[in-house]
Amino acid sequence: MTALLLRDLKLSIRSGGGALIGVLFFMTVVAVIPFGVGPDLNLLSRIGPAIVWIGALLSALLGLDRMFQTDREDGSLDLLLMQEHPLVLTVLIKCLAHWLGNGLPLVIASPLLGLFMNMSEVAIGATMLTLLVGTPALTFIGAVGAAVAVALPRGGLLVSILVLPLAIPVLIFGVSASYAAVEDPAPFMPPFLILVAITMFFAVIGPIGAALALRNTAD
Amino acid sequence: MRLTAENLSARRGEDLIFKDISFTLGAGESLVLTGRNGSGKSTLLRTVAGLLRPETGRVAWTSDGAEAGMRAAEACHYLGHRNAMKAELSVSENLAFWKDCFGDFSGGRGISVGEAAESVGLGGITHLPFGYLSAGQQRRMAFAKLLVAWRPVWILDEPTAALDVNAESVFTTLIENHLAAGGILLAATHQPLGLQNAQELKMTGFAGVMENVW
Repeated sequence: MTALLLRDLKLSIRSGGGALIGVLFFMTVVAVIPFGVGPDLNLLSRIGPAIVWIGALLSALLGLDRMFQTDREDGSLDLLLMQEHPLVLTVLIKCLAHWLGNGLPLVIASPLLGLFMNMSEVAIGATMLTLLVGTPALTFIGAVGAAVAVALPRGGLLVSILVLPLAIPVLIFGVSASYAAVEDPAPFMPPFLILVAITMFFAVIGPIGAALALRNTAD
Repeated sequence: MRLTAENLSARRGEDLIFKDISFTLGAGESLVLTGRNGSGKSTLLRTVAGLLRPETGRVAWTSDGAEAGMRAAEACHYLGHRNAMKAELSVSENLAFWKDCFGDFSGGRGISVGEAAESVGLGGITHLPFGYLSAGQQRRMAFAKLLVAWRPVWILDEPTAALDVNAESVFTTLIENHLAAGGILLAATHQPLGLQNAQELKMTGFAGVMENVW
């Protein structure tokens, strides 16, 4: 199983892996906001956490469709389905690898983008923390969509549309926790803990759903 | 040690491709599927490998060490039309990954990545990215994947496509060694593999089902 994790990580950083594409897209989306909104620093710092989160959500959706599709195209998926290890575990490992390759770089890039948005240190820290906790949920939800659409050529947009409604709660609690860290009356912990709960919930449901979908894929 | 298929039938979309196919293969036995394109050879192989759900019937694996309820697919190597290797990774990375991922089935051991590449006749080029190889070399390396981990049953779908004459004889030797070691072979092919005592199953496909020639 470590072999699968390492292989997927290697693939994500080699040519065509798409790990860098996600980060670049994230940076592009967030970097153009100040140009569009104008040099109103107060406004920028007020909308900062929300923009960073939306940017991260969109970039996370970007690479999802390839999660199982590359393996299906070259026939690896068939062999993975035949193995003794439970498929749920295989999917979980693939999700982890996908998150390490595509989600973690977004978290690491977010402080830089926080500076673009004139956010305070506390807000930057809170956004980074909520992204760290929230992006795995996006990967787990996305795994189900990717598994459902695995047999469809050009399924990318479909995956995003399937996944987006389920990703909305992650966005809501991620952003509200980030805001709660800077705005005084609102407590930080409740939305943050709900975000943690969402991630843990989907860490269980996501791989099960994706494994079911992969088993029943008609070809 | 026995691979059994009972009354298998499978459907693709609305059409019944074959029905009521039964066979039993013991250690050292082989079954070669022949028939024209579209006659259901690949469908039968995918059904045995557990990648397609059979319409009726079942595939079972029985041996001394087998746990109850084990899927037959776990005892099988499947070499389909696609090579299941990543073009971005080097050949040795690919093979090492599959060796690790497959693990050895009880009753045998796989050989090392280097030896496997040697035995398909491509020892010196394992450092190259898989994508750099020619179609025939890729097929040989995909075959080497069967050697790095032990599985009693080999399911080969057109193993000799894109291969030169020399490679065909290499494959035949490897298959014979596998059978001699107590393995089981299930292959679909157009070229004769040159195997001794292979049973042959002629597939007729959808038309056969309609005419009830089974």
